[in-house]
Amino acid sequence: MSLELLDQFHDPDLCKSVLKRLEAALTGPLRFMEVCGTHTVAIFRSGLRSILPKEIIHLSGPGCPVCVTHESEVNAFLDLAENPKVIIATFGDLMRVPGSKSRTLKAAQADGARVEVVYSPPDALKIAAANPDATVVFLGVGFETTAPGVAASLKMAKAQGITNYRVLSFHKIVPPALDALLSDPDTDIDAFIMPGHVSAIIGLAPYLPVASKYGKSAAIAGFEPLDILQALLFLAECKRDGRAEVVNLYRRVVRDEGNAKARAIMAEVFTPADALWRGIGNIPGSGLEINDAYAAYDAKREFGITITECPPLPGCKCGDVLKGKMAPNLCPLFGKACTPAKPVGPCMVSTEGSCAAYFKYQVD
Amino acid sequence: MSDKVLLDYGSGGKASQRFIGELFLKNFDNPELRRLNDGAVLSVGARIAVSTDTFTVDPIFFPGGDIGALSVHGTVNDVAMMGAQPKYLTCGFILEEGLPISDLTQIVESMGAAAREAGVWIVTGDTKVVQKGAADKIFINTTGIGEVIIDPAPAGDLARPGDDILISGTLGDHGLAILSTRQGLSFETPVKSDCASLNHIIVELLQTVPDVHVLRDPTRGGLATTLNEIAIASGVTCELIEDVIPVRPEVKGGCSLLGLDPLYLANEGKFICILPEAQADAALKLMHANPLAVDAKRIGTVIANEKPGQPGRVLLKTGLGGKRLLGMLEGEQLPRIC
Repeated sequence: MSLELLDQFHDPDLCKSVLKRLEAALTGPLRFMEVCGTHTVAIFRSGLRSILPKEIIHLSGPGCPVCVTHESEVNAFLDLAENPKVIIATFGDLMRVPGSKSRTLKAAQADGARVEVVYSPPDALKIAAANPDATVVFLGVGFETTAPGVAASLKMAKAQGITNYRVLSFHKIVPPALDALLSDPDTDIDAFIMPGHVSAIIGLAPYLPVASKYGKSAAIAGFEPLDILQALLFLAECKRDGRAEVVNLYRRVVRDEGNAKARAIMAEVFTPADALWRGIGNIPGSGLEINDAYAAYDAKREFGITITECPPLPGCKCGDVLKGKMAPNLCPLFGKACTPAKPVGPCMVSTEGSCAAYFKYQVD
Repeated sequence: MSDKVLLDYGSGGKASQRFIGELFLKNFDNPELRRLNDGAVLSVGARIAVSTDTFTVDPIFFPGGDIGALSVHGTVNDVAMMGAQPKYLTCGFILEEGLPISDLTQIVESMGAAAREAGVWIVTGDTKVVQKGAADKIFINTTGIGEVIIDPAPAGDLARPGDDILISGTLGDHGLAILSTRQGLSFETPVKSDCASLNHIIVELLQTVPDVHVLRDPTRGGLATTLNEIAIASGVTCELIEDVIPVRPEVKGGCSLLGLDPLYLANEGKFICILPEAQADAALKLMHANPLAVDAKRIGTVIANEKPGQPGRVLLKTGLGGKRLLGMLEGEQLPRIC
């Protein structure tokens, strides 16, 4: 999409007119959750949060892939980084995520671990081709957005006969997490803004139970202020009219049926499995493991990695924050023991974490 | 000379002498350097400003410049920001054995050209050659000496409520040019580094417009980090208006693709000028007449902190009319997962 066209989506006048309609549609408090870290950041960065009507209560859900990566998983890749025969290839977000005893990839790198930041899985494949003496392990962290690209890199490795490339898959999928969140009696959420990029892959159908089973509304939205305002307007109108609906408001990117080709590549390489989510625990069927056909590329099998749940970091309320039960600044550690300089939990370290966004952007 | 840098070139023997004569003296030639003494004896005005910087940029060649030009511009600019006219540079080279002489020649030539353009002499220097792998191609240190022309000089702790904040041009060009070259990315409209010596425009500004409170070049950490440093040092709040902060569309686009914020990217040919509101128009007029600052803009104002004793900070008024913090980054910006 051209930048000029994108500009219209933060046109102040258009946004103000939608904001007015939103104010008129509100009949009481509207507690909404966005299930995507990119939305979290967009809401803060655009200044939208500071101009939303007071009745709108903004909660950030488990939608930052770094934030939901479990401590046990972080420890597993930090252990792997100590192997001198291994080059870890990773997206940059994971470099500063603390495992137990405040270990990080950044610190491991300074201690001599071979860690390369890459922009995409094919870059990791190039590193593998250039370093035949080492095993390159790509850290597969992310949702349905990143999983197809990682799957494609495994197919490429197979096709090109690259034998020293592995993936450590900690991928997670969104719909089972939504189900877990909504079936938790403690959560108090009126409506959802659904992730734009994930939805481009999975489409509308996986969200339908949000309305049919749980009676809440949900809107798939883009990341510009106007996208988010329009989604909030729709959600406020649903609440006012007493209806529960799931709608796709991001048609310039998301097709209702999603991207069948990307899903097929994922299905070719991965198989659903249980997964641990930080602060939430085990969610059945919410992870993606490498299947038997690609067993030779599976870092977990090669290095005998099993994930067992370790206790959460003491005092860290990331779990409550991720479930929308606690605002970041109400966590006793926020801004004191836990800051971007010394993050206790991943919500503070990831650029898309709700605590980091709160710390970075919130004026008061 | 061989076509690659050899350890011999740093030995102090005949090979070193030839190396220095054929390469450095030829490109940096001036009466003081020509004497080839252990150091230089210089005449400077009563008060001098000194600054030093070491350049390790990777890649060593990038769109819009190279490590050599950068090593002159960077130090010249730091001296100029102290309210001084840079006069002399010293330079120290750490060269990795095996560096192609053609690369080194290109770098030294562009240092020479940059020094002539800035009107500074490179008066003394040093070269060391280290074994392959002990350094990455070439590191350059330069130290600049300048004659103070305004005393007391503008300084980071002198921003006062009521001041205007000016920026001399578009932000993020250098940082994105480096990052995209490093990653092998290319954009439809190529992004070029803005690296340039700012001493002439700075001296003109200081001699024409009185009462400049703060001058800083927003290099590493970009505009956001530099303004935070100023706000903290001065104990004030800097309030910026997002819509008027100049960023090239191609830089905006590239940053949005990579998950970066141009306000945190390095610049190598821009300066922040903070001065009383009454002087702002005169400063902008002068800047607009200079090719290095045609895109200069008034991007915000300095206000008093909301609560006394509160640390200084930077606020951003967004296009939507919202307000948010523009804080300091913890470390380098990292590419994101999605």
